[in-house]
Amino acid sequence: MFATPRQKFRAWLFRPKVESGTITLTQRRIFIIPTKQGFGFALVLMLMLLGDINYNLSLGYVLTFLLAMMAVLSMLYAFRNLAHLEIRAGRADAVFSGDTAKFVLHFHNPSKLSRYQLCLVQSGASFWSSPLPSISFDAPLQHDSEIIFPLFATHRGWLQTGRLKLYTEFPLGLFHAWSYIHFDSRCLVYPKPLSDAPLPFGNAPDGTGKLSVAGDDDFAGLRKYAAGDALPRIAWKAFAGGRGLQVKQFSTPVGEELWLDFSYAFDDTTEEKLARMTRWVLDAEAQGFRYGLRLPDSELPSGQGVAQRDECLLRIALFNFPDSSFDKLRTNGSKNRGSQKTVRGELVEP
Amino acid sequence: MNMNKHLIYGLILSILMVIAPHAEHLPLWVSSLCSTLLLWRAYLTYSGKPLPNRWLLMLVTFASVGAILLSFKTLFGREVGVTLVVLLAALKLMELRKSRDAMALIYLACFIIITNFFYSQSIPTALYMFTTLTVILSSWIQLQAQHIELKPRLRIAATLLLQAIPLMTILFVLFPRIQGPLWGLPQDAYANSGLDDKMSPGSFSRLSLSEDVAFRVTYKNKPPRRDQMYWRGPVLWQFDGRTWTGNKNPLNIAPQFSKLDQPIDYSVTLEPHNKTWLFALDVPNKISLPATLTNDFQLLNKEPVNARLRYEASSNLSYHANLNEAESQLNRALQLPLGLNPRAVELATTWRASSANDAEVVRTALSYFNQEAFQYTLEPPLLGANSVDEFLFTSKQGFCEHYASTFVFLMRAAHIPARVVTGYQGGEFNDVGNYYILRQSDAHAWAEVWLAGQGWVRVDPTAAIAPERVQRGLSAALPNNATLPFMARNPPQWMRDLRLNFDAIANQWNQWVIGYNSERQFAFLTRLGMEDVTWQQITINMVAGLGISIGLLTLYLLRPLFVRQPDKVQAAWLKLCHKLAKAGLPRSAHEGALDYANRVAIVRPEFGHNIRDLAKRYSALRYGKIQSDSAKNEFLQRAAAFKI
Repeated sequence: MFATPRQKFRAWLFRPKVESGTITLTQRRIFIIPTKQGFGFALVLMLMLLGDINYNLSLGYVLTFLLAMMAVLSMLYAFRNLAHLEIRAGRADAVFSGDTAKFVLHFHNPSKLSRYQLCLVQSGASFWSSPLPSISFDAPLQHDSEIIFPLFATHRGWLQTGRLKLYTEFPLGLFHAWSYIHFDSRCLVYPKPLSDAPLPFGNAPDGTGKLSVAGDDDFAGLRKYAAGDALPRIAWKAFAGGRGLQVKQFSTPVGEELWLDFSYAFDDTTEEKLARMTRWVLDAEAQGFRYGLRLPDSELPSGQGVAQRDECLLRIALFNFPDSSFDKLRTNGSKNRGSQKTVRGELVEP
Repeated sequence: MNMNKHLIYGLILSILMVIAPHAEHLPLWVSSLCSTLLLWRAYLTYSGKPLPNRWLLMLVTFASVGAILLSFKTLFGREVGVTLVVLLAALKLMELRKSRDAMALIYLACFIIITNFFYSQSIPTALYMFTTLTVILSSWIQLQAQHIELKPRLRIAATLLLQAIPLMTILFVLFPRIQGPLWGLPQDAYANSGLDDKMSPGSFSRLSLSEDVAFRVTYKNKPPRRDQMYWRGPVLWQFDGRTWTGNKNPLNIAPQFSKLDQPIDYSVTLEPHNKTWLFALDVPNKISLPATLTNDFQLLNKEPVNARLRYEASSNLSYHANLNEAESQLNRALQLPLGLNPRAVELATTWRASSANDAEVVRTALSYFNQEAFQYTLEPPLLGANSVDEFLFTSKQGFCEHYASTFVFLMRAAHIPARVVTGYQGGEFNDVGNYYILRQSDAHAWAEVWLAGQGWVRVDPTAAIAPERVQRGLSAALPNNATLPFMARNPPQWMRDLRLNFDAIANQWNQWVIGYNSERQFAFLTRLGMEDVTWQQITINMVAGLGISIGLLTLYLLRPLFVRQPDKVQAAWLKLCHKLAKAGLPRSAHEGALDYANRVAIVRPEFGHNIRDLAKRYSALRYGKIQSDSAKNEFLQRAAAFKI
């Protein structure tokens, strides 16, 4: 690929760099250019100056110069609005595909200046318009602001924000000051569970997992509601009693374990199979079974509880990715990023 | 982007503030249309109703342009331009939907401020500009960040404005001034005010109602007597029975003076009047401008005076002028409209017959004015075709133009060459600034007659009827019930002082701010010590000055980024640790607050409880989720109270 010197310069100037920890926006990270309105304003000022000269309007000179100098100062203000902000990536809880992932970013403003109207957008939007949804917020002086950057999860796997652009046009909208931030934070996306999928009882060739679900009588107690629990299991009485959402738990006899096997899913595609398995995991956990997971490349011994459920969902979410280890993923990603656009943000495809 | 109601109100207010000063010179229907549109927009915002549809707006726009065409008869020129821009701003408010529209409206508002300077550049106008600009800026900031409260918004706007002022001053002083205009200006580019090149009954009494300043004079030495302060302007030769006009065929010969005496030096700051004439006392012999002196001693500038103009001149109050006046000029100074005012002609003829020479005729005429029951008044009755006769024998009431006109008519009828001279007389002394102010109300008309052996001699018939006018000013000469501007009467002393103080400030403002042109810039920079005042050098200085100032301002603006307020809670804790360290219990680097407190409690049980409590509070404040000011203050108090 042939690049002009200009493109090379831009590539060098805005070279991507994935970071972790805290980013401080030093002056070398902040760029400024005039906006379209800024150029428009320059034109208005030129017209005004012509009028002043032509009609000898001394007060007109005063006004024109005043506005021009305010425009120049607004550039400094825009820079100052970003400078020395400290940004740290926070957690991002796992979501199901089709939901919105919430990346938490902490903006710490240690200075004695309030920062107004900061905007965060996925990089890749052009300078002139931002068709991608962006969020805007303020960072009050000497305050730590927690900002949630929402991102729609479309596929299972790891979701990353990619390079984000933090920009501001405050106070007059004449200058666009921005900085790129690219954190290594990631959010796990589970496949979207099928809405209805019966548990695979008795499919096991060895007969294990065969079970009569008469467990309704064996009430064993209540536990806190977790996302994915089946509605009929919710203890509405307890909820009405003001004890919050609780789920009824039923004891299951030891040895009655359920195997959620990839081969039991009768769908056509891998993705559909995984979606079904996701539903199984949720239902099995909600109905209080001991369950194990069997994927073509791995097997998880049976267990129970939120940790078991999450481990199952993790394996399903990352099934068939060449390597789910994040370190590997990151190095691959940055190598690719220089030449092609595959991993711009959303999801690292297999 | 959905626009916040407060932002729209702010924009409506901005537009209102920029177009309000135009109300006085816009046609009434434009002012009312604009106020209707503004009110309508405010109502729509208040009630949340949708904006009118585009077709209706188009219709209103075309209708207004048509109406402008009808009332101005043109679509070019300054007045029309201003009217169009004002209407455009009001109409743009009606289709304010997106932030782009708001931005356009803000630019338009800034532009309309500048159009107001065509009409006024006074100090109040400048102050008003700053107020308006703050309001506009505040809306502008709100457009970028809609949720900011009014107070911080105004603070940011005012700060930005104040910080821009020093930079603006550098640009104002050092921006190379080019003497405009860059292109031909329409005829109405400048306001017309003051004297005209014709005179008809009523023209001076109208002028005398105006308090506008015509020019200001500083005398180099002792000022002349008040009855010598005749500032000559246009000279009028031709009379059609009602109106006097200038000489249509002026003679291109320089005037001749002899027996010049009583020299007087002065400088004049002339307000723009859009005509070429300059004002000087009697016969000028020197002027600092490339002006010409016509054969009838009018001082004419090369081009119309459409900016404030300052010049130095010297004159002679005693002189013989044009002793050998050309025959053609003398004949012209004898012409009368045929068949008009027979009784006046008859009166002049009798004077002629009974007098030995021309000078005696002049004296007879003056004593006639003095002895008959003539009245000096601002509100003379209207006169018919034989205006001179009616005035002389019937109404006997008139202002200076009536007396000058009648006197010159009588002289011509008596075969004495005469002409009308208009200009200003007297003036008000400002002892604050040590100069004289001549206002439009000081406009005056008098006569000049040509006498053999003396040349052109000034005769002021008004002085024969109301000598106070010449000696003490208009208010002294008029009866008390005359409708004079308030200040032209004799106001209380303190009010006079106040007015003179304001005028002295206004004079400085005019000289240094409004009148700051290429000449002034040159003079000022030379005085500052700049040696080579060329535009290149000025530009270099300007860029350097701006660079340094912006650099300093940058340091000032970025300083708060580096000043970090130490965390009070942490400071108090560190102080506590320091106290304990002095008591022999230093905190190890690896120790957390709670661990440290536990260790201290074991070694020194007497304040174990206290230190544990403090450590707990400290950790909660530093690392806990809930922060409250009361908890913070309590910790600070307890930490300060801790003693070993």
